[in-house]
Amino acid sequence: MINVSVQPAPIDVGAELAGVEAKGAGGIASFIGSVRGDDGVTELMLEHYPGMTEAALIGLAEEAFVRWGLLAVTVVHRIGAMVPGDRIVFIATAAAHRKEALEACAYLIDRLKTDAPFWKRERRGENADWVEAKASDDAAASRWS
Amino acid sequence: MQILYFAWVRERIGTGQESVEPPEAVRNVADLIAWLGERSPGHAEAFREPARLRAAIDQRFVALDALLGDAKEVALFPPVTGG
Repeated sequence: MINVSVQPAPIDVGAELAGVEAKGAGGIASFIGSVRGDDGVTELMLEHYPGMTEAALIGLAEEAFVRWGLLAVTVVHRIGAMVPGDRIVFIATAAAHRKEALEACAYLIDRLKTDAPFWKRERRGENADWVEAKASDDAAASRWS
Repeated sequence: MQILYFAWVRERIGTGQESVEPPEAVRNVADLIAWLGERSPGHAEAFREPARLRAAIDQRFVALDALLGDAKEVALFPPVTGG
C-alpha cells in the first residue's frame, strides 16, 4: 500500500502511523520533519509545483516499495504557512523486519529533499528569505544510488 | 508553450505562469532562459545567473541543456528545498 498526500492541513501522526501499522508488519519506521524555531524564524512558507510534486513523491515511494520489499509506505508533506514546532513532513515505512523499514525511511527523506519540487521561505519578523539548497542534501541523496 | 515559475523566480518576474511561442532558434532550456530574459526587467533580474536555476519539462526535472522538443510545459525555479 502506497499513500502520498500533499496538504495544507496539519499532519495527524497518530492516524498516519495507525494506517501503516494496520498492515501487520514486523517493523515500522517513521520520520517527522518539523519547523525549527531556534534561529528567529517566525513563519515558514512551503510552495510547491502542483501535479509534479505528487508524481515525484509517488515515484519515490514506489522505488522504495520495490527496493526494500515494503508492505506499506506513507509520505505526507504539508504546504502553505507554518510556525515553529509544526510538522512539515511525515514518512512511515512498514516491512517484515526493521532493517528494511529503517533504510527505506532514511532513503525517502534523503531523496525527497532533492527530488521533489518544494521551496521554503523563512520569515523572521519583517524579513522573508527563500531558503538556499544545501550541498550536504545532495550528498545525502547520492549515497543511495 | 506554458512557462511556470516558482519561489524567487516567480517573485522577481511578478507572475507564476505565462504562455509564450519561442522562435525556432530556441532549442534547449538554456536558450529559452536567455530568450525569456529579454521580456522584462523582472525576467532579466530572475535569469541573471542561469547557473542558479533548475528546470522541468512536462513535470520532469531536466538539465539546462535539455532539448525542448515538443514540450507543452516548462518550469523554471531555484534548487528545491523541501522536507
